[in-house]
Amino acid sequence: MGMTMSQKILAAHAGMKEVKAGQLINAKIDLALANDITGPVAIKEFGKTGVKNVSDSAKIALVMDHFAPNKDIKSAQQCKICREFAAEQNIENFFDVGKMGIEHALLPEQGLVGAGDLVIGADSHTCTYGALGAFSTGVGSTDMCAGMMSGEAWFKVPSAIKFVLHGKPAKYTCGKDVILHIIGLIGVDGALYKSMEFTGDGVANLSIDDRFTICNMAIEAGAKNGIFPVDGVTLEYMKGRFKREARIFSADDDAEYDAVYDIDLSALKPTVAFPHLPENAKTEEAWGDIKINQVVIGSCTNGHISDLRIAAEILKGRKVAKNVRAIIIPATNEIYLQAVHEGLVDIFINAGAIVSTPTCGPCLGGYMGILAENERAVSTTNRNFVGRMGHVSSEVYLASPYVAAASAVTGRLSSPEDL
Amino acid sequence: MLVKGRVFKYGNDVDTDVIIPARYLNTTSEEELASHCMEDIDADFVKNVKKGDIIVAGDNFGCGSSREHAPIAIKASGVSLVIANSFARIFYRNSINIGLPILECPEAVKAISAGDEVSCELSTGVIKDETTGKTFTAEAFPEFIQAIISDGGLLRHLSKK
Repeated sequence: MGMTMSQKILAAHAGMKEVKAGQLINAKIDLALANDITGPVAIKEFGKTGVKNVSDSAKIALVMDHFAPNKDIKSAQQCKICREFAAEQNIENFFDVGKMGIEHALLPEQGLVGAGDLVIGADSHTCTYGALGAFSTGVGSTDMCAGMMSGEAWFKVPSAIKFVLHGKPAKYTCGKDVILHIIGLIGVDGALYKSMEFTGDGVANLSIDDRFTICNMAIEAGAKNGIFPVDGVTLEYMKGRFKREARIFSADDDAEYDAVYDIDLSALKPTVAFPHLPENAKTEEAWGDIKINQVVIGSCTNGHISDLRIAAEILKGRKVAKNVRAIIIPATNEIYLQAVHEGLVDIFINAGAIVSTPTCGPCLGGYMGILAENERAVSTTNRNFVGRMGHVSSEVYLASPYVAAASAVTGRLSSPEDL
Repeated sequence: MLVKGRVFKYGNDVDTDVIIPARYLNTTSEEELASHCMEDIDADFVKNVKKGDIIVAGDNFGCGSSREHAPIAIKASGVSLVIANSFARIFYRNSINIGLPILECPEAVKAISAGDEVSCELSTGVIKDETTGKTFTAEAFPEFIQAIISDGGLLRHLSKK
């Protein structure tokens, strides 16, 4: 029996010819990641072990992005713990304010992750790197600690669901609509413990940023990882970035899947996940009249340059509605600078939006855009759980940058067609 | 190991943001995390929970973030066991790694009500609702996982070895 793409990467890193779904394996990892929230817990655990040094400091990345630039004294302490550990352990891939960006946009951009890699990260959205043809998955701080100590991690080999993508996304739709549609279809535990493998002729019509968005939210369907095949688009992105040699894996023709879904990209419409679960996906006819207070465009899901270009396309020559706060957050400094050069930042500020330094801040209700009682936000982020962005009675509507920017203009949940 | 306590019952998809809201993730202090446990889904939980109490919930418990702070907050609040129909993947692994007992048992979830007194022998997976007298059997963890849990987590277990 053949192997899925995910299984092949796991087998290669475990030094095995073949693995099967359900099998427990130990595998060498290419990179272990933590941030200023999960890092301190892993470092505290590391201290308990009595082990002096990490196994390979080049295979560790620490990114200060969640509550940085620090929002309060406690979060400053958390970053200090990471900073001191990085210095003590000679961890070069320590990204502090000035070098940092939102981790899942930063690591691909810096060429620290790429095709064929096996990556673990103490952040659930680590699954993003599947866009580059890597097996990457979120773990907790203890697993991160064990990864730092040993350079290895144990895995239960996942089975997979195959999504065959056809056609080309229609006007005003993008990767976000694809993944919200899919989560709506299979539910927030529809891919629990499984891989989500994307394939089909439609893949060629998705940009690398679309693929990052889609893999990023695989966890919102409960998946262990999401993964795209490696093609010209992937190689073009990694060119001049990826520091190691790309290893290209592909699923066997006779690989087994638990389910196969055919998705016609051209039929998808702007899709929004209503509170309080990412599976509450609705297209415009079911939206109703939703008055909003805030728009957030950014995050590891949609803070890429193409997302900012979309937002600028909609906001150019328009104004953010009265009583709406529009917060735009480029995911990395490179993206920020690119947005400045392309004149996107001018468009945003002239429209009445603000542009923040890279941070995860508002996505998880940290800072830089917290919602008050009964307030509503349209956000390009990834979760809309109760209290996710602030007060327990506030609401988050997950959407693409097209819908978020259009909603900022109208002050209500809107598609660009409404402008 | 026998655990026993009163049941707090919740529905499906209890996510890590309601177990421990991100606004409190600027600390690693177990006591501080415990003082906000379940705050956004059950404001009275912290006030009412006693050592040994048990959480019973539906599908996909612990979905969302990878924050290990979630099982840490539950454990530090005194909870001795979480029984659910199913657990989200990262939460499942994190719970074992920090030594929080968890069991999957849809029959028990269906039959047990909030406020019931429930006991469970973790080594066999036998759950007893002391209030109704009904018993259920969950698949117990293999011995090495039980050893990780009873030693208080993976790293304590490894350093003991």
